[in-house]
Amino acid sequence: MLFQPVNKNYHEFCIDRDPDLCISCKVCVRQCSYQAHFFDEARQKVVHDNTKCIGCHRCEALCPTAALNIRNKPSDFRTNKLWRPVFLQNIYKQADTGGVLLAGMGSPVDIPVYWDRMLLDASQVTNPSIDPLREPMELKTFLGAKPRKISVENDKNGKPSLKTKLSPQIELEVPIMFAAMSFGAINFNLHQAMARAATETGVVYNTGEGGLHKSLYKYGRNTIVQVASGRFGVHLDYLKAGVGIEIKVGQGAKPGIGGHLPGEKINDKVSETRMVPIGSDAISPAPHHDIYSIEDLLQLIFALKEASEYKVPVAVKIAAVHNVAAIASGIVRAGADIVTIDGMRGGTGAAPAMIRDNVGIPIELALAQVDQRLRDEGIRNQASIVAAGGIRCSADVVKAIALGADAVYIGTATLIAVGCTICGRCYTGKCPWGIATNDPKLSKRQNPDIAAKKLTNLIHAWGHEIEEMLGGMGLNSIESLRGNRDKLRGVGLSDTELDILGIKHAGR
Amino acid sequence: MTKREQRTLAAGRTYYRQFNEEIRALVREGVTDFVIRECNGQRYLATALEGDLTFDIHGVPGQDLAAFMRGPKIRVRNNAQDGVGNTMDGGRIIIEGLAGDVIGYAMRGGEIFIKGDVGYRVGIHMKAYLDHQPKIVVGGKAGDFLGEYMAGGIILLLGMFSDKPDAPVAGRSLGTGMHGGVIYVRGEVPEHQLGPGLHAQPVDSEDLKVIGALVEDYAKELKLDSKEIMSENFVKIRPFSHRPYGNLYVPC
Repeated sequence: MLFQPVNKNYHEFCIDRDPDLCISCKVCVRQCSYQAHFFDEARQKVVHDNTKCIGCHRCEALCPTAALNIRNKPSDFRTNKLWRPVFLQNIYKQADTGGVLLAGMGSPVDIPVYWDRMLLDASQVTNPSIDPLREPMELKTFLGAKPRKISVENDKNGKPSLKTKLSPQIELEVPIMFAAMSFGAINFNLHQAMARAATETGVVYNTGEGGLHKSLYKYGRNTIVQVASGRFGVHLDYLKAGVGIEIKVGQGAKPGIGGHLPGEKINDKVSETRMVPIGSDAISPAPHHDIYSIEDLLQLIFALKEASEYKVPVAVKIAAVHNVAAIASGIVRAGADIVTIDGMRGGTGAAPAMIRDNVGIPIELALAQVDQRLRDEGIRNQASIVAAGGIRCSADVVKAIALGADAVYIGTATLIAVGCTICGRCYTGKCPWGIATNDPKLSKRQNPDIAAKKLTNLIHAWGHEIEEMLGGMGLNSIESLRGNRDKLRGVGLSDTELDILGIKHAGR
Repeated sequence: MTKREQRTLAAGRTYYRQFNEEIRALVREGVTDFVIRECNGQRYLATALEGDLTFDIHGVPGQDLAAFMRGPKIRVRNNAQDGVGNTMDGGRIIIEGLAGDVIGYAMRGGEIFIKGDVGYRVGIHMKAYLDHQPKIVVGGKAGDFLGEYMAGGIILLLGMFSDKPDAPVAGRSLGTGMHGGVIYVRGEVPEHQLGPGLHAQPVDSEDLKVIGALVEDYAKELKLDSKEIMSENFVKIRPFSHRPYGNLYVPC
């Protein structure tokens, strides 16, 4: 097809179909929710339209004869370090539509990944390493406010007991939680899988802001319920359903803005859970319009504590932004028991691309600064810190904890575990892997039994790896690593970066 | 009718946390009707309470009165502060004076009847779902951002019992981003006070039926003359789309 407009010619992907291998079985036609593959009646064979391919690799994975390969389109614009192809393509699209560029998943832009620039320590000879296959290793983590000091009293037989009244805590077997991804953004099968995997592994999952389907209330001991500006599905049973309540103020992928769950994704079950009409957009305003100050935040934190009768900790989630340390200090002083910091590489179902790729700061820097600030102010015990946004492997978890996190959230990694290929079209509702879609035909591609098993495996695997790394450092408890920045060294970092991270350069 | 048991409590200088714990304990014991005297701004009264309870509050209750509430009926004999009926699910709140900012934020059911003026950001993100149809009636005038992001339910603004003779009936950005529900205003509302894309339209007979029933209920609770309230014209503000931002984006 010649004479296509320029934006049609410069599509992103090419579908390579090996004609010798293709048997025109139409598996790809059925699997592709973007209609990139189709059966040509005239030629009686399966053909494709490259312009429609989004690069999800579903067809390639399911092709029974391995006839398909998805590649980046090899044709290039003239090399230009300033006007990289993405800018041209975006301008073409916006010139056509006048639309705001919408993106899915975390930011793909090339900003430093500090996890990769930090290295862990290990014991050699002195302070020997510990073999986790032989010795007990403690990964158990409690999230919530800790007392400044504890007092213990002995009964007449000399048996000690704790006199201090402890604040409510969330107990985790492994310091990893499934991040807030709302029912609506992802489908019910995956919510169920997260709930079951969290229960199986002794961790928790976060409902996200779309409410909690009534059939999942039974997993409440492994659930954090989220309250965001839209207050979807928020009512008193919901607030009492979990072991924690999280106020979502911001999200790393889109600091400072709200969210619109498009009407296309609101089917009967989502509608029932969010308590909004079918097909209507579910709009979360940018701020909570009842929170314009730290005092207002305090008011909501204590409204939620009153509603849950002070039985569960209340968390506040913010995006990592420039003044994150001061904001976190205010949040802790407002009475939050947990502060969740979401870095700029955090995922999203939908965010304006300009916001996602240009607003916020990396989690590593934010985390180090928040931990340091709360320590300096003597209030670190009043709240746990949870780090989120771009945690890719268990070493990232270990590094986050050494930088001062109590636990981490994993969102993108959770989705990858069930087959996500980060094609980044979550907002279309057509996810070919059956993840970010509520289309019944597509969501069936996620079997909750298999998904729960995969998530359970992931937590177990990372847990083992964390034990190995801890043992190697001569530590037998995750508590001994928390905020222990002496276990980290930087490579290739400037003095400023080292100073912000609070670590020494490798070799020192 | 369930068995009623009344209790009178003096809020006085008791801190809200103890006071609310006392109320919750009494509810568990079977007390259904509370008279609260000497209320001095205690926060979170009736927050997250459920069922057929009544509260007769003398004095001024504090922030977040009846947040997340589902069922109880509350009468405030004086003014109320900010955050009344935050994310409330059901029940009825009658305020015989005026009320502050952020009334009925994200409320999903029940009624809030205020005799006098209200502050800013009232009825933001109210939403309806099936038989949950929240309603706010304001006898006085409203500040800015009334019904912003409204997703369902009814706001009725009368502008009659106001302490602000020179103020417009509603402040600026009325109904901005609304994508459900309806706002009725007695008399006229200046067009420049409305959010982008919105217009005040004349009411039809169906609307008048809805307004009439609501006014009847409101007037009865506040001992007002419903005929006088209905003696003026009404206009309505409806969303221009249930997806106001549906065409804002292009995939990148």
